[in-house]
Amino acid sequence: MSENPPPNSPRSRELGRTRETAALVHADRFPDPGVPEHKPRLTDTDARAAKRAERTVTTLFVLSALGTIGSLVAYFALRPDGTVPGVRLSTLALGVTLALSLLGIGFAAVHWAKSLMSTKDYIDDRHPIATSQEDRDVAVLALKQGVEDSGIGRRGLLKGAMVGALLLFPATIAVPLISSVGGDWNVSAFRHTLWERGRRLAYDPDGRLVKAADLTIGSVAHVQPEASEEERTSHEWITEKAKAVVLLVRLNPEEIRSEQRPGSSYDGIVAYSKICTHVGCPVALYEQQTHHLLCPCHQSTFDIADGARVVFGPAKRPLPQLPITVDDEGYLVAEDDFSEPIGPSYWERLK
Amino acid sequence: MKALAARRHHRAAPVVMLLLALLVTGGVYAALAPSPATAATASTADIETGKKLFQANCATCHGPDAEGSAEAPSLVGVGAAAVDFQVSTGRMPMQASGPQALAKPRQLDEEQTAALAAFVASLGSGPAIPTDEQVDAAQGDAANGMALFRTNCAMCHNAIGAGGALSAGKFAPSLLETSPRNIYQAMLTGPQSMPVFNDANITPEGKRDIIAFLEEQHAGSAGGNPLGGLGPVAEGLWAWVLGLAILIGGAVWMGAKSS
Repeated sequence: MSENPPPNSPRSRELGRTRETAALVHADRFPDPGVPEHKPRLTDTDARAAKRAERTVTTLFVLSALGTIGSLVAYFALRPDGTVPGVRLSTLALGVTLALSLLGIGFAAVHWAKSLMSTKDYIDDRHPIATSQEDRDVAVLALKQGVEDSGIGRRGLLKGAMVGALLLFPATIAVPLISSVGGDWNVSAFRHTLWERGRRLAYDPDGRLVKAADLTIGSVAHVQPEASEEERTSHEWITEKAKAVVLLVRLNPEEIRSEQRPGSSYDGIVAYSKICTHVGCPVALYEQQTHHLLCPCHQSTFDIADGARVVFGPAKRPLPQLPITVDDEGYLVAEDDFSEPIGPSYWERLK
Repeated sequence: MKALAARRHHRAAPVVMLLLALLVTGGVYAALAPSPATAATASTADIETGKKLFQANCATCHGPDAEGSAEAPSLVGVGAAAVDFQVSTGRMPMQASGPQALAKPRQLDEEQTAALAAFVASLGSGPAIPTDEQVDAAQGDAANGMALFRTNCAMCHNAIGAGGALSAGKFAPSLLETSPRNIYQAMLTGPQSMPVFNDANITPEGKRDIIAFLEEQHAGSAGGNPLGGLGPVAEGLWAWVLGLAILIGGAVWMGAKSS
């Protein structure tokens, strides 16, 4: 500091304040370092190095061209033949040649720019962003002239008609869009599944019926509702099946500690929904020795022997139990639908 | 003969002789190799040998009459298939207690295993060791096997059978190196944490289809290296660690001044 102002003068108070923002004050005093000194590269001074760099760039471009030709050859000569090694060979050949073709160009361009193109620094000063006042006046004048010529200001009816038509137009897009998602808003669809009194249980995926006597202790069966072949190939089936899938487990009847509704199981056979009550993943990792059922997504764990109670993980509710019994022919049948909506929570679940 | 004798000093002669010798040895072994014994053909002598082996190797935990104890289940009625699975994969006799019995080099050879299986099968009826035809992947339908595998097995054993974790240190092992016979036996008997998939649930043909699907996985993935087949974790790790490192390296190289 070259001059020392007397204490308590307005100037010194100014300084006292700015001392807190010392960085700002000092930044003002930095000299402009300017453009760093231009250092010549090896290729600028040594003609042989420049020649070498040129050869490298040329080689890379040639490699790229070879890659392109190679990829065409690979496309025609190595068609995927349907076998795993055939498809893999074709994909590998296409990928490697394509990579060679593109990386060749890329590396050549970067190497060219770095080693051979000029490294001289240029300074391009900023110019004001705003246009000049005259240009603005001309533009405003032209707009005003346009409004005057169209007569919008004078013809009120025309203005109303135009605004109305423009406002109405988006309905042609919005109404079909909104109405086509309308089906998904039918939340009562979540409340019911295909299960009903008397519907038999069938193996997933082949649809054979499940006999109670066929399930030995420790067995697990993945089950879907009985349905005709025609129904099972219909468009709606996958949606219905996704809600109705059930895991059937036969335990030693003495090991069952509780059920959601007494009498829901049949002779140690319990049936629980396979859709996790957390976010709806299929829960199917069953450990025979612990009777625990794990969800693969977030490790929620349900105790099948204890009414599918949650013993671990983020799930909030037990898996809904499907009440089952056997019919006259020994096949397992559902006694009713699930007593509550399956799967994760949603706003209207308890309404 | 004369022509052969004339060429016995040819420099390729040792190689040809060696190949012939190997071929003959292999052929004789293939012809004379013992086929796996099944419980059905077990003799009383086998059962006696099996009983002795049982007393020596298994009775400590499973009880002198295989009736089970607090630590180990009863083996009455588990059948020859369960014994062959547990012993031929080395899971039994168990070396140390832990979350689950691990596969290890087998401790009892094929003959001893067959005798042990015959003894346990004589205690009560249970699933028998499957025949070679039942586990022949060539006769299975891999497409149907995939549908069955996806519904019944993939949640624990992974979509291509690479295995996966269960709770508290237990895990579903990889099936990629498991023999077809052991795969069949595991479905039939439900070892350890695995539930049982009896013949009414997955039919014998269905089990063979599953084996055919798993055999198909040995050809690898058409998409190249499957990174263990473990899905988004392995792939994400590769993309984030290696892929990003390559991108950052490229950016640094492009930004660096040439010397």
